[in-house]
Amino acid sequence: MPALAIERWAKSTDCAPDAPVVLTVEGTHGPVIHAVTKAAAIRGARAGARLTDARALDPALLAVAADPEGDSALVRRLAKWASRWSPLVEVDDGGLRLDVSGVAHLFGGEEALVRDIERRFAALGLTARVAIAPTAAAAWGLARYSPSPLRGGGSTRAQRERREGAADSSTRPLSPTPPPQRGEGLVAALSPLHVSALRLDADTVRTLERLGLKTIGALLGVPRLALARRFRGAEDVVDALDRALGRKPEPLTAAPADPPPRALVRLEEPATHPEAGAQALERLIPDLVRQLQERHLGARRLSLTGYRVDGSTAVASVATTIASREPKHLSRLLADKARALDPEFGVDAFALTADWTEDLSATQDSLVDEPSGTRELARLIDRLTVKLGPARVRRPQAQESHLPECAIEWIPALSKTEAVELPPVRRPHRLLDRPEAIDVIYATPEGMPRRFVWRRAVHDIARAEGPERIAPEWWRQPSSARLRDYYRVEDGEGRRYWIYREGVIGDGRGGAPSWFMHGLFG
Amino acid sequence: MARGLSLVAGGAFPARSEPAEYDRLPKGLGERWHLPEPSSPTLSELFAAHPRDGGWTGFLLAQLDASKPLLWVQERMAILESGRIHPPGLPMGDLLHVEARDAKDALWAMEEGLRCSALSCVIGEIWGDPKALDFTATRRLAVASERSGVAAFLIRLGGHANLSGSRMRWRIASAPSLINDLDPRASGAPAWDAELFRARGSPPGRWSVAHDSDRFHLVAGARDRTMGEEHRLRA
Repeated sequence: MPALAIERWAKSTDCAPDAPVVLTVEGTHGPVIHAVTKAAAIRGARAGARLTDARALDPALLAVAADPEGDSALVRRLAKWASRWSPLVEVDDGGLRLDVSGVAHLFGGEEALVRDIERRFAALGLTARVAIAPTAAAAWGLARYSPSPLRGGGSTRAQRERREGAADSSTRPLSPTPPPQRGEGLVAALSPLHVSALRLDADTVRTLERLGLKTIGALLGVPRLALARRFRGAEDVVDALDRALGRKPEPLTAAPADPPPRALVRLEEPATHPEAGAQALERLIPDLVRQLQERHLGARRLSLTGYRVDGSTAVASVATTIASREPKHLSRLLADKARALDPEFGVDAFALTADWTEDLSATQDSLVDEPSGTRELARLIDRLTVKLGPARVRRPQAQESHLPECAIEWIPALSKTEAVELPPVRRPHRLLDRPEAIDVIYATPEGMPRRFVWRRAVHDIARAEGPERIAPEWWRQPSSARLRDYYRVEDGEGRRYWIYREGVIGDGRGGAPSWFMHGLFG
Repeated sequence: MARGLSLVAGGAFPARSEPAEYDRLPKGLGERWHLPEPSSPTLSELFAAHPRDGGWTGFLLAQLDASKPLLWVQERMAILESGRIHPPGLPMGDLLHVEARDAKDALWAMEEGLRCSALSCVIGEIWGDPKALDFTATRRLAVASERSGVAAFLIRLGGHANLSGSRMRWRIASAPSLINDLDPRASGAPAWDAELFRARGSPPGRWSVAHDSDRFHLVAGARDRTMGEEHRLRA
């Protein structure tokens, strides 16, 4: 896609538009020209030529290194953006291929669709060559080799970015023979094209040219049998012809088996105010819910995509604890996110997609708002998680560990948990995230604590119980980890704490033992 | 360890001091005490006597119904100061925990929880006297709680009893626990000093209570607090 490269480069620099610039890539024998500006083309530079040859024609040429990765990244981004026209978009040989079967009428017919695509690409500063054909192969050829790819439109644009739209019957294996008038029209459109429009390899094209078969029309004049005999195997010309003329189905590879439920709203003109997303939701959600209902699905994750006028997209997603297709619940989850979508220079279309769905059989909607425990709770979790984040809305999950801080793992409430088993020993109601060092007066070496200072306050211990010894988990912790002796202590005012001494004197794992405050009893 | 050496080596408590300590301890459970409860679920406010005093947790848990899940909202500051709740120490099964960044988020999460009738109650711990916690905020919680029938408990750690829309306001302090029959040197069943200083429909009062076999009891022979202690408790 040479012109995309040069257009992208021209947009990224403030170079004079009439400068003779060529983009080069490294070839086997030095730099090779990848793309040229108009000015450079006038001076004789051609894509595919060597830079030294071009310099021989005009020494004033400016050479800049091309960025093929950046170009293909742009194409991929454009492919995502192009899903505004059709859900099936495929990046194909530097161009985009859209399956517009049954889509065109939404945009006022195929002509209007093509014009819309061209206009929007022009707005991005990229000129598109668009062709609609009944088969993917024919669209490919028309977009690249036809002098006027747009049917009826007589604009002969300079060779620019290519784009093709494949449509209709090629992706319908049910009707392998297209209607005759379509077939004839297609033959008429393809006949004047050069044979390379059939997407054959260079050797085959050269052989055909030597035989005098320069156009597809000439090729069609030759008996099939003779062609099949002459060209076999990898360079099967008959096969290519059949694909172009729709005699043989050519499935689109990008087609997902089951496209996710998706609702789309296009706005009359780009909206820049943040409320637009919320307003679009009012139309999107009933549409999506109807689709979910028809397919007996419930959404687990939804994403709202705003298509901006500058070709970028803004996405907001929400997840749910249990599959849902309740319009009220979904709109409540999405409302804030929709408002937070940044429209930048304006958004002109919104799409709501259920990326992740689960089977949800039809349930009897109760006549009164009857609360059902699990569903209510799941909705609460959804609402809390959307606003506060999954890391802040959690449930406890019991773990196999003796260490108090490891006995419980907090996991996001969105995922499933098992009931917590209560250990047979008494544990405090509250646990400090990180045990705090305290100064303790105690009877050495392993006696009861008598008094401790925690956060600069002195607590005289009136009663104490212990120790409960918890050995380090040698299979998990480093060998230097020390044992803990836990004490339940009560100070003079009746406050009850859980403190521990780490290590004992002479255990060979460090100096004097230290004391920590770990928990509070209620 | 220099500190430890000053004590009798290897010693537990000196035997002689035990009788004196016994005299000061509460004797045991007294007569049954009925918790002043609102007629229908509403918002109650519990003031911890001190941020380092976790006594209110036990007092609150003793009156909860554990059959339904509950939502426990903790503000980040409350977790840092008084610790995170530890489910192995709690009597209930299903628990949803929210760690809120600030008081505003915590109050929002509480209100969302109060709209969900599948919960048994909503507990929210707020640190200090944040701006977001004004009369309107507490009033909103009270109304939401009364509408859905889910009890709400607003826990105030290190806060002051400002204007509030809550129907009951308690101040809870730990009290010396009951005598442990098995080990006199260990603490026994927990007891609390509960002060109801504002209530709708029931007279305020102050009790020293303990909880035993699903019932609250007054503590027999609880020692009286001096005036000085009274003042400190209110701090």
